[in-house]
Amino acid sequence: MALRGAIVVDTEKCKGCSVCVVNCPTNTIALAKEVNSKGYNYAYMANPESCTGCTNCATVCPDTCITVYRVKV
Amino acid sequence: MDIKDIIKPENKVYSKSPVLLDNVMHYCPGCSHGTVHKLIAEVIEEMGIQEKTIGISPVGCSVFAYNYVDIDWQQAAHGRAPALATATKRLFPDKYVFTYQGDGDLASIGTAEIMHACNRGENIVVIFINNAIYGMTGGQMAPTTLMGMKTATSPNGRREDIHGKPLKITELIAQLEGTCYVTRQSVQSVASARKTKRAIRKAFENSALKKGTSFVEVVSSCNSGWKLSPVKANEWMVENMFPNYPLGDLKDI
Amino acid sequence: MVKQKINMAEYILMKGNEAIAISAIRNGCDGYFGYPITPQSEVMETLMAEEPWDSTGMVVLQAESETSSINMLYGGASCGKRVMTSSSSPGISLMAEGLSYLAGAELPCLVVNVVRGGPGLGTIQPGQGDYFQACKGGGHGDYKMIVLAPNSAQEMYDFVDLGFELAFKYRNPALILSDGVIGQMMEKVELRPMKPRWTEEEIIKMSPWATTGKTPDRKQNVLTSLALDAAVHEALNHRLIEKYKQMEEEDVRFENYLCEDADHMIVAYGSMARVCENTVDLARKEGIKLGLLRPITLFPYPTKEIQRLVPQLKTIMSVELSAGQMVEDIRLAVNGKIPVNFYGRLGGIVPSPEEVLEAFKKEINK
Repeated sequence: MALRGAIVVDTEKCKGCSVCVVNCPTNTIALAKEVNSKGYNYAYMANPESCTGCTNCATVCPDTCITVYRVKV
Repeated sequence: MDIKDIIKPENKVYSKSPVLLDNVMHYCPGCSHGTVHKLIAEVIEEMGIQEKTIGISPVGCSVFAYNYVDIDWQQAAHGRAPALATATKRLFPDKYVFTYQGDGDLASIGTAEIMHACNRGENIVVIFINNAIYGMTGGQMAPTTLMGMKTATSPNGRREDIHGKPLKITELIAQLEGTCYVTRQSVQSVASARKTKRAIRKAFENSALKKGTSFVEVVSSCNSGWKLSPVKANEWMVENMFPNYPLGDLKDI
Repeated sequence: MVKQKINMAEYILMKGNEAIAISAIRNGCDGYFGYPITPQSEVMETLMAEEPWDSTGMVVLQAESETSSINMLYGGASCGKRVMTSSSSPGISLMAEGLSYLAGAELPCLVVNVVRGGPGLGTIQPGQGDYFQACKGGGHGDYKMIVLAPNSAQEMYDFVDLGFELAFKYRNPALILSDGVIGQMMEKVELRPMKPRWTEEEIIKMSPWATTGKTPDRKQNVLTSLALDAAVHEALNHRLIEKYKQMEEEDVRFENYLCEDADHMIVAYGSMARVCENTVDLARKEGIKLGLLRPITLFPYPTKEIQRLVPQLKTIMSVELSAGQMVEDIRLAVNGKIPVNFYGRLGGIVPSPEEVLEAFKKEINK
């Protein structure tokens, strides 16, 4: 049994600090090339298939802009 | 499996605590304040004490903590939060009262207030954010600024002969008999953030048990003040702040 | 000693400072936070000896400084509680920051200043040199305190209740401006009926703004004086100004002694007013039509009463234990229509009625 996860980033709240990126154990997250209305490169799932829904990113996110989902497959 | 099949309400494992308000935080990207605010909100939610918790916000970057954590707040004059908390807790003994203070607020201008509140053993929680700098006023030297560290008021680095050495206030606080729990934590990693959350929870629980003052220092980064990227600032903190401010419990009785 | 007696409604001989303490307990005060300083230390000493935490539940705490005391008031007042402190001049200077914050956050509290001579460490003898500090600010920013000036131990007792009433009416700090004479003098004081402390339910009803804990039926309560948005901050200041205007309309208090037929009038407050009452009697015996106006509220000031009397008066003299402070408010009220003279003593010297009369005659015969 494996875990599959996904994150939803509130891209307007995200300030692109990258703290989630370095704390992601599966290299799922990266900063987008696009920017939000404040000009920040927001976080997104660059490798969605590798997400396990571990919640590490959300735990360290200073702006609490990540929601995490997880299923057992 | 399609992402759409994962992102369903029944699969949600982490979302924003309802004790956090929806306002976008004014803090700089990567600032530790936001993470600590979140942990406090989660502890309040998990303990079910939103209706019984009163926060005291300081002067400094976190003056606006009340815009983010959905509880009743008093906003104190610079350094005086422990005095407000003292009266609030004594007049409302059944409530949970905590102060949220930075290093300039707690370790410089408010030294008398924090020392005496802790020495009296007020049944309050103190959250102490130590990022070794005055963030809001533009990055001036704080009592906890490290030797050699460059700030707006020590542009060539902190010198002992001019500025004296960093103040290890938490070590002093641990000596006071009124404190029951004195700990130093951080929030740059998942493990450290989880430890900090446990420490905050324990501090609030101590308050209900009337064991005395619980003091939680969070060694934090100020990437704007330190003039580093958020990630580099956290690395610098691990390398330079932790040797001077070692993590762990200083006291737990 | 008083402890045995505080539940009896009767007359008791006590110091003005003791009257403050006993009145606080009997008028439902929730908390006193103070720091020792002469000549008012009896207030906290009396409270500690009375141990009201066992009777009414009132909290009494000796703080580490006056700075801390006033900020404890900020915390207690934020909870909608009746909280107070007392101090003397240098201690009140230390509280100036906190008073400005309390006024800015619109928090009610009661502060007692048993004034001594200044500046600096000055003297422990009585003085009235803190008039400007009390009435014109003291701390930073555009704010006012309600200032009550008692002239007897009885008024020390009564103004604790009145001070709290006005403080809560306006959500504003109230200050009792006393002095070493009134604080240390022993007099007969009538103990009024006890008033209970408010319950938490009563506080929530009366002061819905207080930090009593956020319940689902309301938004969070935040007590702050900070407003970085220019328009919001200007609106806050205008609200304060409106409040001070309302005080001037509704809560001016004064005592008019033989002014209705007077040719000349002395204006004096607190201990000096007691001396000047005798001066008026002496003058009347000599056929001089002298009257006394005693402002009881120094802010709001009895400007309109002075203006009402000006047309019949030849001169006014302000008599103060200061270098001349209240005299400025009299001159503002009179606006140059008649001469406003001044007689003041310093260093803790309280002039006799005869000395005041002599000074008065010297001025009108100039």
